[in-house]
Amino acid sequence: MEFFFQLLIQGLSVGFLYALAALGFVMIFKSSSVLNFAHGDLLAMGAFFFLVLSSWLKLPIPIAFILTLAGSFAMGFIIERLFLRPLIGESLILVIMLTVGLAAMFKGLMLFIFGGNLFAYPVFLPADLSIRLGNINIPPVYVATFVISIIFLLLFGLFFKYSSQGIYMRSVADNQPAALSLGVHVRRVFALSWAIAALVCAMSGIILGIISGVNVHSTSIIGLKVFPVVILGGLESIGGAIIGGIIIGLLETFTGGYISTSLREVVPYIVLVFILLVKPYGLFGLVEIERV
Amino acid sequence: MRKIKFHPCGNYKERYDEELTIFETDFGRLSLLIGLLVLFVGIPLVSSNYVLYVINHIGIFAIAAVGLNLLIGFTGQISLGHGAFFGVGGYAAAILTTKLGFPFYLSVLSAGIITAMVGLIFGLPSARLKHLYLTIATLAGQFILQFLFVNWESLTGGSMGILLPRATLFGLSLKSDHAYFYVVFICFVAMLWIAKNLLRTRYGRAFIAIRDNDRAAEGMGIPIFHYKLLAFAVSSFYAGFAGALWTHYLASITPDPFTLFLSVEFIAMIIIGGLGSLTGSVFGAIFITMLNEILSHASEFFMNLPALAGVALTIAPLREFVFGLAIVLFIIFEPRGLAEVWRIIRSSFRLWPFSY
Repeated sequence: MEFFFQLLIQGLSVGFLYALAALGFVMIFKSSSVLNFAHGDLLAMGAFFFLVLSSWLKLPIPIAFILTLAGSFAMGFIIERLFLRPLIGESLILVIMLTVGLAAMFKGLMLFIFGGNLFAYPVFLPADLSIRLGNINIPPVYVATFVISIIFLLLFGLFFKYSSQGIYMRSVADNQPAALSLGVHVRRVFALSWAIAALVCAMSGIILGIISGVNVHSTSIIGLKVFPVVILGGLESIGGAIIGGIIIGLLETFTGGYISTSLREVVPYIVLVFILLVKPYGLFGLVEIERV
Repeated sequence: MRKIKFHPCGNYKERYDEELTIFETDFGRLSLLIGLLVLFVGIPLVSSNYVLYVINHIGIFAIAAVGLNLLIGFTGQISLGHGAFFGVGGYAAAILTTKLGFPFYLSVLSAGIITAMVGLIFGLPSARLKHLYLTIATLAGQFILQFLFVNWESLTGGSMGILLPRATLFGLSLKSDHAYFYVVFICFVAMLWIAKNLLRTRYGRAFIAIRDNDRAAEGMGIPIFHYKLLAFAVSSFYAGFAGALWTHYLASITPDPFTLFLSVEFIAMIIIGGLGSLTGSVFGAIFITMLNEILSHASEFFMNLPALAGVALTIAPLREFVFGLAIVLFIIFEPRGLAEVWRIIRSSFRLWPFSY
């Protein structure tokens, strides 16, 4: 039973992490309907940026954290400006292929700089952050994951609901021509959504790094787990991304704990194929009805 | 006697079958003949074993790239699982040959058919949806198949892989690079011929209609679901066929090469070559294979110089970076790829000195 609760807690925190990563993905998809295959590599880039600042340059953790977020935000802008902007108006296939190319490029660049080793962050979470529930101990890493993810998910929820930029972004997502004609600066919205997505990615990359260390291959593969998550939750829905993330996270840790560790990595993808068979638009996705 | 046409100096087509001809001029026919002669007689005569080894790889990858281009370039559906499908073909051929004793030609053909069926399993749930769900399903397929290659040990031999006997065809040994060259390129020409002609039939034109506007295609009475699935099956068949040829060529198979990166490599081939162009996929296969060879030679070269051995180690990951960069640059600056560059060069020669 204790093992079960440990898995439950681990699964929940992994789930929140996935939810956070999926949030960035949904953001880009909602505003520009681009499936971003470079998501995992953006995530890994954020994680490595933090690594460089915190353990190589020995900056204080809060400053490194803020600098990482600011840096990724800027990087998102630059990526949009350099690579995505020239393709506005081109067919969607080309844009998606471009993200595939970007993924290979970023991954190669990171391998070039950091090699294939596993790096760990300096330990900075205070040990008294851990919580005891009965005889189950929740390590500080998971507590931090919970807290950070929930804060960020809440912040983004509020941002979309109330801020004017958030409302612009939702309007572009809903109907781009209508938003254009009402005076929304669509290009700025695209740039902003890439910037925010990169920021969220860096955030989840850092959390992932705290949990299991950073490594170019495994960190960027985790980034691809957003696909099962968003398909389960529904491609357009932010709430769906959160619930999908938690379900996939739980499923993964329970499979890893009770069945086999090698199956753990593929279970999300098996689920993905089944969802496409049974409920293709996900739990909360928009069912598009088209009549010809 | 038929009039010999040298050069079309305008669009003077009067019947629909003129629109459908492959060769607009007799020059085209002649140059194809010369090209085939050079390919089958010239190249094997002058090349060394190593060069033939590279050329055989180009031929095998070109078959897979042509198949992928049928799916991405002509039907407008992206697959990120072709690396794994290539592997399915390889494993199917290996298992059929070693466990069931299939002869070479039968194992290659049935490997293609098995791969097409495996492809259908992943295509089935997603082809009826829009929004590029097929891309995501093939990504899932890539990971699931990769998992099976490693973990279904009774069938695939796990990470040890399978060793194959050397392929023989009608009693002739295909061990040498020269013998295999003919096998690969006869298959290559046949597959290219099938693809070219497939695109002229109702099926091919339905694929193109779906790519250009799927709603309009459905409105014209094309059952999109069937045709998307068909395109996917044909494309997987090509990948499996090429994978089987590759496995027989190397005479062994392990799960290592069939990663997501191989899928990206295939995509790089057709983007660099040109989406929606069969010659383009061949150009792409040539480009990527040469790039691979050049990069591995470069790292070998640096490895032998003690002062620069450190550089050699850093070149290996740069391979991925270079591929990504090539994809990105081609999409931004020449989205129609090398095929378009080739066309521009040809027409500038043809129209010289009056290029307008």
